[in-house]
Amino acid sequence: MNILVCIKQVPDTETKIVPNQDSNFIETSSIKWIMNPYDEFAVEQALQVKAANPGSTVTVMRVGKVHDTEALRTALAMGADDAILVEAEDNLDSYMTAKALKGSIDKSGKSADLIFTGKQAIDDDCLQVPQLLAQMMNIPSVSVVVGFEQRDGKLVLKREVEGGALEVYEAEQPVLIACNKGLNTPRYASLPGIMKAKRKPLTKYSLSDVGVQAEDRRVHYSNFHLPPEKPPGKTFDASDESKELETVQQVVNLLRNEAKVI
Amino acid sequence: MAKILVLTETSGNNVKPVTLEILGKLNGQDIEVASLGELSSEAIEQLAKYGASKVHTLSGENLSVYSPEGYSQAYSEFLKSNSYDYVFAGATSQGKDLIPRLAGHFDAGMASEVTNFVIENNEFHGTRPLFAGKCLAKVEIKGPKPHFVTVRPNSLGLPEDPSPSSGEKNSIEVKPGTIRAFVKEVIKGASEKLDLTEANIIVSGGRAMKNSENFKILDELAEVLGATVGASRAAVDSGYAPHNMQVGQTGKTVSPSLYIACGISGAIQHLAGMRTSKVIVAINTDPDAPIFTKADYGIVGDLFKIVPLLTEEFKKALN
Repeated sequence: MNILVCIKQVPDTETKIVPNQDSNFIETSSIKWIMNPYDEFAVEQALQVKAANPGSTVTVMRVGKVHDTEALRTALAMGADDAILVEAEDNLDSYMTAKALKGSIDKSGKSADLIFTGKQAIDDDCLQVPQLLAQMMNIPSVSVVVGFEQRDGKLVLKREVEGGALEVYEAEQPVLIACNKGLNTPRYASLPGIMKAKRKPLTKYSLSDVGVQAEDRRVHYSNFHLPPEKPPGKTFDASDESKELETVQQVVNLLRNEAKVI
Repeated sequence: MAKILVLTETSGNNVKPVTLEILGKLNGQDIEVASLGELSSEAIEQLAKYGASKVHTLSGENLSVYSPEGYSQAYSEFLKSNSYDYVFAGATSQGKDLIPRLAGHFDAGMASEVTNFVIENNEFHGTRPLFAGKCLAKVEIKGPKPHFVTVRPNSLGLPEDPSPSSGEKNSIEVKPGTIRAFVKEVIKGASEKLDLTEANIIVSGGRAMKNSENFKILDELAEVLGATVGASRAAVDSGYAPHNMQVGQTGKTVSPSLYIACGISGAIQHLAGMRTSKVIVAINTDPDAPIFTKADYGIVGDLFKIVPLLTEEFKKALN
């Protein structure tokens, strides 16, 4: 079985985001790049499926810029077999990204029995690439997946929806699965894994190699700016027990009569 | 005037509020609504009140339950026999999954989770948060039409004075085609409350909750306020609450009218996920906790004392 995993590199969640000088993207010079947190669940699930289905291979793929760190190497160190990198700027839109992934799957000649992705990338928060890629490949997709089981040659997938309810899907391969936190516990790369990863094949393509042009851009961003700062609020000291009731009454009163939200 | 289709969802007999927010904002355009499955007369009345000139209800085999393939094929078939400039939907669980797939049917562009927009000279100009709201940007769509937009619930607000339209009903039979991944069963969630992303009031607990049992005091406060309970990443990672309750960059981004943060210090990734809340109340023992910089009303104190008092006082105030 050929298992593909699509991952993305994103700024670490503790990063302070600053618009760049032209306000057409963010300032990327001092960012620490990590594998998109949801993609770790995708890599882990692919490796578990590989272990349960001897003879399978796991290929990790990414579209984006080359920075100091390489999330593909992390995935290879976790146990993936090979990697494909489509070199591009960090600000591609979802349509171009999905088209580049589809193009690189075609170019590599790999069949896609299962495709795993994270449910969303935590940088642009678009939640589009998994569904777009599945539609372009004409395969079904299930997103926000928190349960995965192979049963009698079929897959049983649990998708989390509003209020923690679960939709239980039955699907046959090929299918694209967009993973959520809670699906599994991603492994750490071992030291031998990291050493081995250096020798694993990493194929590089350019955007034009995989058939993506500038005209494919659908979504245009401009005027990156920081959200307006709130004026400072009121703080009450109720660390002394005698002040607790009085403070609470005051805040309840303000919420009703000043803020008018209750 | 742009020709616009708004895809709606219902909860019980009612239209989800985000649909009405979108209709209100589109006032002045030629707006129609579509849904999969029948709509109650109340729902159609609500849609007409907020400006829907037509309400299309689509039905067909295997469409009684949501599936990304079935719903996208059904809507795609409907859209291909009409010519809309824009298709809008709420960024709900279903909208977030369905709309990108539907946009894929048309090789069309989509703006995800906008928090504001205008349509001027038939052109859409939106604003959306990126990096979980640490940054905002202007967004525009080019390429083949229709263009697709999802709107974050609670961000536009309901118009005070909506302009009604006729809400003429039109039932359509559609064929969903083959559905290769389909829902066999739906397991109900523990909570019947509104999802965090749609909630009007949220009470959230952090690491200082100490364990999952203590979330009971937040449940009690939430009960009085009709609120939904959330949690910080620290609380989720410590096993006090499940991930579907997590607010922040690796959880849910929320914008309720009132957010009450209990024992949450205010890590940058948490603040990113809740900073657009209209009013923020923070309760923390540490007066230097970063959450106080975002709070409209901060209470420096012990949450285990303050929260039960809040419950009692709200109970009195709301009776």
